[in-house]
Amino acid sequence: MSESMKVLLIDDEDDFRELLGKRLVKRGLVVSTAASGQAGLDQAEGGDYDVVVLDVKMPGMDGLEVLRRLRKMVPDTEVILLTGHANMEVAVEGMDLGAFDYLMKPVAINELLYKIQDATARRRLRLGRPA
Amino acid sequence: MDIRQYASLRAKLVLTVLSFSLIPLFALGFFIYDQFSATYTRQVEDNLRMVVDNKRHGIDIFIEERVAQLRTLAATHTLAQIRDEQYLARVFDTMQASSRAFVDIGVIDSKGGHVAYVGPFAQLHEVNYSQTEWFNAVMRGGAYVSDVFLGFRNFPHVIIAVARREAGATWILRATIDSEIFNTLVRSVQAGRSGDAFLVNPAGLLQTPSRSGGGVMVMADMPAPERFSGVRVDGMRIGGRPVIAGRTWLENANWLLVVSVDPDEALSPLFTTHSFVIGIVVAGALVILTGAYLVARHITRTLMAAEQDKAALDASLMQSGKMAALGKLAAGIAHEVNNPLTLIRESAGWLKDLLAEEDKAKIGNYDEILGAADKIEQHVDRAKKVTHRMLGFARRMEPVRENVDLSRLADQTSQFLENEALYRNIAIKKYFAEDLPVVVSDTSQIQQVVLNILNNAIDAVGKDGTITLSTTLDEKAGRVTLAIADTGPGIPPEHLGKIFDPFFTTKGVGEGTGLGLSIAYGIVEKLGGQLAVQSEVGKGTTFTIALPVGEGHVV
Repeated sequence: MSESMKVLLIDDEDDFRELLGKRLVKRGLVVSTAASGQAGLDQAEGGDYDVVVLDVKMPGMDGLEVLRRLRKMVPDTEVILLTGHANMEVAVEGMDLGAFDYLMKPVAINELLYKIQDATARRRLRLGRPA
Repeated sequence: MDIRQYASLRAKLVLTVLSFSLIPLFALGFFIYDQFSATYTRQVEDNLRMVVDNKRHGIDIFIEERVAQLRTLAATHTLAQIRDEQYLARVFDTMQASSRAFVDIGVIDSKGGHVAYVGPFAQLHEVNYSQTEWFNAVMRGGAYVSDVFLGFRNFPHVIIAVARREAGATWILRATIDSEIFNTLVRSVQAGRSGDAFLVNPAGLLQTPSRSGGGVMVMADMPAPERFSGVRVDGMRIGGRPVIAGRTWLENANWLLVVSVDPDEALSPLFTTHSFVIGIVVAGALVILTGAYLVARHITRTLMAAEQDKAALDASLMQSGKMAALGKLAAGIAHEVNNPLTLIRESAGWLKDLLAEEDKAKIGNYDEILGAADKIEQHVDRAKKVTHRMLGFARRMEPVRENVDLSRLADQTSQFLENEALYRNIAIKKYFAEDLPVVVSDTSQIQQVVLNILNNAIDAVGKDGTITLSTTLDEKAGRVTLAIADTGPGIPPEHLGKIFDPFFTTKGVGEGTGLGLSIAYGIVEKLGGQLAVQSEVGKGTTFTIALPVGEGHVV
C-alpha cells in the first residue's frame, strides 16, 4: 500500500482501545483513537480517515448513531463495526446503515487487519487514489 | 385437589342431587299410595256396610213377616177354633201357599201341652213344652224368635212363637222355620272366593254355617260378639285369618249378622297399585341415580380438566418466567465476561506482537512465553464460545419464527451437557440424517424441550451408559423426528402413561418439580408436533420429537 492506512478507533474501553491501537500501529497503520462517539465524530470531521473501527455498545451516543452521523458527515470513510455479542440484529442494522462489515469481540487481530485492508482498498478505489 | 378429593366431591354432588330428587319422589309416591289406599279402603268398607245393612234389613223383614203372619193368625182365632187340627191344617196350607217358610205349626196351651200340630213330625203331639226356655220366654214376652236348635225333632230349626191372651188364659201359636232358609238368605252375600257371611247368637254360636269352618250351632271362631247399634266395619280375625268384617245386630232376632271379606281379595286393586307405585318410584330413583351420577361425573371431570389445564398453564408460565430471568442473567454474565475476555485476548496478542520484535536468542524462555501467549489466546477463544452460547441462549427466550435444522439444533443443544455427560462417563452418540428439511419453528422452545429430555436421560442413566441422538425424515407423514434414546433403567408401564402429566415425578421432594416433561409435551403440541415415549424396563427409554416439515406453528 503506497500510503499508510489511516484508521480511527472509537471505543469507550480504554485498555482495549490502547492495546488494539498499539497492535495496529505495530502493523504499519496510522491510528487515532477516540473514547466516545462524540469525540470520534469530532475527530473524524476533516480527518480523512480510510476506516473507522467503531464499537457498537458505548455509553452516551451508541455506535449505530455514530455510524448514522458518520455516513452523513464523511460518506467516503468506511466503517467496521465491533459488536460485543452475537447480536445479529445490531449487525444487520449496521450493515443496512452502510457499514463495510462487522466483527465480533473478542476479535482476532489478523481478521481485523484484513477487513481494514479491504475497506481501505475499496475507499481508495472509489476515490481514485492509489490503493 | 387430588383424586380422593374429586371422589368426595363427586359423592357429595350425587348425594345432594339424590336427596333433592328422591325425597320429593318418595313423598309423592307415599302420598299417592296413601290417598289411594285410604279412599279405596273406605270404599270397600262403605260397600261392606251397605251390604250388611241391606242384608240385615232383608232378614229382619223376613222374620217380621213370619211373626206378623203368626200374630194375625193368633189374633183372628180363638183357641177353640185353632186347636181343631183339620182347620189348622187348612190355615197352614193357605199360609204355605204364599210362602213355604214354615215347616210346621202347633198350638200350645198355657200348661205347655201341644194341643194341635200340623207338620211332618207327628210325634210332637205328645210333647210338653212347659219346661223349655222358649215356652217361658214367649209366655212372658208375647212373641219369640228362638236361636237355631235341634229340639225334640233333632233337626236344626228356628221357632217363632206368639202368645195370645184369651179370656184370662194364654195360648201359644208356634211355628218352625227350617234354618236352611236363613242359610240361603245369608249365603247370597258371601262374596268372592273366601268372602263369608253368617249369623251368630250372643253366645257366639253359629246360626248359619260359616265358610271359614263351623257348621250350625258350633262356636264361631271369632271374637265374642258385643252389643252395639248400627253397623260396624272393622278388621278382625275370623277362622284364624285376618278379614274385614261388617257386623250388625238384627232387630227381630237376637242374632249378629257378620259379613266378612278377605282383604287380599277385596283390596287386590290396592295391592296392584302398591306394586305399581313402588315400581314407578324405584324406576324413577334408578333414573335419578344414573342421572345424578352422570352429572356429577361430568362436573368433576370438567373441573379436573380445568384444574389440570390451569396447573399446566401455571407451570408453563412459571417455567417461562424462570427461563426469561435465566436468560437475562445469562446475557448479563456473558456480556460482563466478554469485555475482560476481549482485553485478555488483546493483551496476549500485544504480548506476541512485542515478542516478535525481540531477539529470540537473547530471551531464554522465548518459546515458553510465546507458547503461554498462544495458550491464553486459545483458552480465551474457548471461553468466548461459552459466552456466545450463553448469549444465544438468552436471546432465544423471545418466541420467534425461524427455519430450524433439527440436526444442528440437537447437536448444539447436546453440547451444553457434554461436560456433564463426560463426568458421568456417558457417551453421547449422534446419528444425524443429512439434508434434513427445515422446520419453521422456534429454536429456543425446541431447544428447551431437547435440553429437558437430555437432562432426564442423563439422570436416568446415572453413570456409564449411552445416550443416542438420531434424526430422521418421515417423508410419508411429512415429519422430521429426533429420537433421544438412553440406556437407563426404563420406565415401568404403570408410570409410562403419567409421565407427561403435570406434577408427576419419581424424584424426591425438592429434586424435581414434575413439570419438565409436561412443559416439553405442551411445547411440542403447540408447535404442531408430537412428543412420544417408548420404554422397556431394563433396556432404556426413547423419547421421540416429531415436528412437521415446512410450515409449523409458532407460538
